[in-house]
Amino acid sequence: MSSNYLEIIRPGINTTFQDKGRDHLYHIGIPFSGAMDNRNYLIANKLVNNNLDSAVIEFAYQGPHIKYSGEKINCAITGDVIFSIKKKDTEIEGNCYESYQIENGDEINIISTNKSVYGYLALGGEFDLKFQWNSCSINTKANIGSNDGKKLDVGQRINLKKINSNKDIKKTNYINTKIENIRVIKGTNFDYFSEEGKKIFYEKEFTVSKLSDRMGMRLEGPKIDNIVNTNIKSEGLIKGVIQVPADGNPIIMLSDHGTIGGYPKIGVVASVDYDRLVQMSPGSKIKFKEINLSDAETLFKLYEMETQNLLSQI
Amino acid sequence: MIKNISNLGDAALYCDFGDEVNKSINSQVIKYFKTIKEKKFEGINNLTPSYNKLIISYDLKKTNFKEVKNYVENINAEESIDINSKKLEIPVCCHENFSMDIKRLEEILKLSREKILENFLNKEYFCYMTGFIAGMPFLGDLDENMRAQRLETPRVKVPKGSVALTEQFANIYTFESPGGWNILGNTPLDVFDSSKEDKPNLINPGDTVIFKEITLDQYKNYNE
Repeated sequence: MSSNYLEIIRPGINTTFQDKGRDHLYHIGIPFSGAMDNRNYLIANKLVNNNLDSAVIEFAYQGPHIKYSGEKINCAITGDVIFSIKKKDTEIEGNCYESYQIENGDEINIISTNKSVYGYLALGGEFDLKFQWNSCSINTKANIGSNDGKKLDVGQRINLKKINSNKDIKKTNYINTKIENIRVIKGTNFDYFSEEGKKIFYEKEFTVSKLSDRMGMRLEGPKIDNIVNTNIKSEGLIKGVIQVPADGNPIIMLSDHGTIGGYPKIGVVASVDYDRLVQMSPGSKIKFKEINLSDAETLFKLYEMETQNLLSQI
Repeated sequence: MIKNISNLGDAALYCDFGDEVNKSINSQVIKYFKTIKEKKFEGINNLTPSYNKLIISYDLKKTNFKEVKNYVENINAEESIDINSKKLEIPVCCHENFSMDIKRLEEILKLSREKILENFLNKEYFCYMTGFIAGMPFLGDLDENMRAQRLETPRVKVPKGSVALTEQFANIYTFESPGGWNILGNTPLDVFDSSKEDKPNLINPGDTVIFKEITLDQYKNYNE
């Protein structure tokens, strides 16, 4: 039995282990999964001197309250998160993007994400987790991944296999920027929609609905009118696809999405905006802006360079 | 043959093989799928074959639309003629405990329960694709007089193992999930097993499936 472990005092709303996700499985119906906000996932690992593809704890809205037992270890939280660290006789308010050293008996209480959805807790070491298809990412719908594919529960104990010997404290000044417009590329069924419907899609505001999770983000707003067919023959999906079913309300496919679907695709979110899209909480307003493929590719390259830059400065 | 290649967003290729749903077009899709999968092109991270489309998604950090399109256009999918398909018998129990939508099907199809089962069982169905949820096979084609629309309001929970129909297709719910297909029976077989990482799916695209009826007793005592 490992002597270094976490105990879950309060699990939070949707707390899971995530890593880089799993690929080459869409054809059997298994989605990518992995950390929703990839940039914040990578930064969390870098802040605690982990390999960048290590497993972290992802939480949504209210996070977990955990107690640590074992030898000294570093921890860091990324995202826009309110949390505290309780040591023997003090409790400090924690800052995101800064690593802390915790020791036997210390507690981390992640109260909530602030006007955003996902946050990440990384520990400087390696959790003892089951891997399925080279990933420990938990997919709660298919019960795939570590922890029997289930979200973390109260009273659970999570062992660490290894603690990093590099315990340097790290800090960075990253700020999560919000964007007003989500850039999209025209979908393969764009012409299924009326001229009025297309105009609504690009000009009107949509609201993120409460019925959003790791599988998809449902939007509410003016209805987008379909003039051809509200069903297509089921075909493959990727994350970021915006489907419009018969009721006229768009649904954006997110990391745990069903691998095939039969609703017309009006657009696809550009990869550059995916990390920021997933952080939009229920009630947030979304406006779509059309870009072409070559601009989308260039913007992603710049975003990726910026991510690498941020990581290299930590 | 691929009729047209376009982009689905900035990280996937949309290969269109036509609009019809039939075995011959789908076999083409599966041939391309198997050929590309075997060749392991750097940067391609997923392939999703469906009735008449193949979606190829890639890591935008490693490659881009132009490169993958160029690669796919120059593939000779005829090389791999062997789609390596199996013939499988799936036991299904259509006892009233399981056939939740039999009354609805009787009404829509204007056929008796006996006739519906006779039309459905002991026939060969082709697996066009798997997905939506892990391992779910899309099988076809049902007889013309067996085609019903989805439920108006999908069920929040369809039991694991449910064998269900919609339009010209049958499928099997590999685990409990929401769903709107007409449920006719239930199989005790594990059609998806995540502990078998190399072969989690019992049924794969290109396979042929025959449903064989079993009684409730046989269902309860079923032992793989």
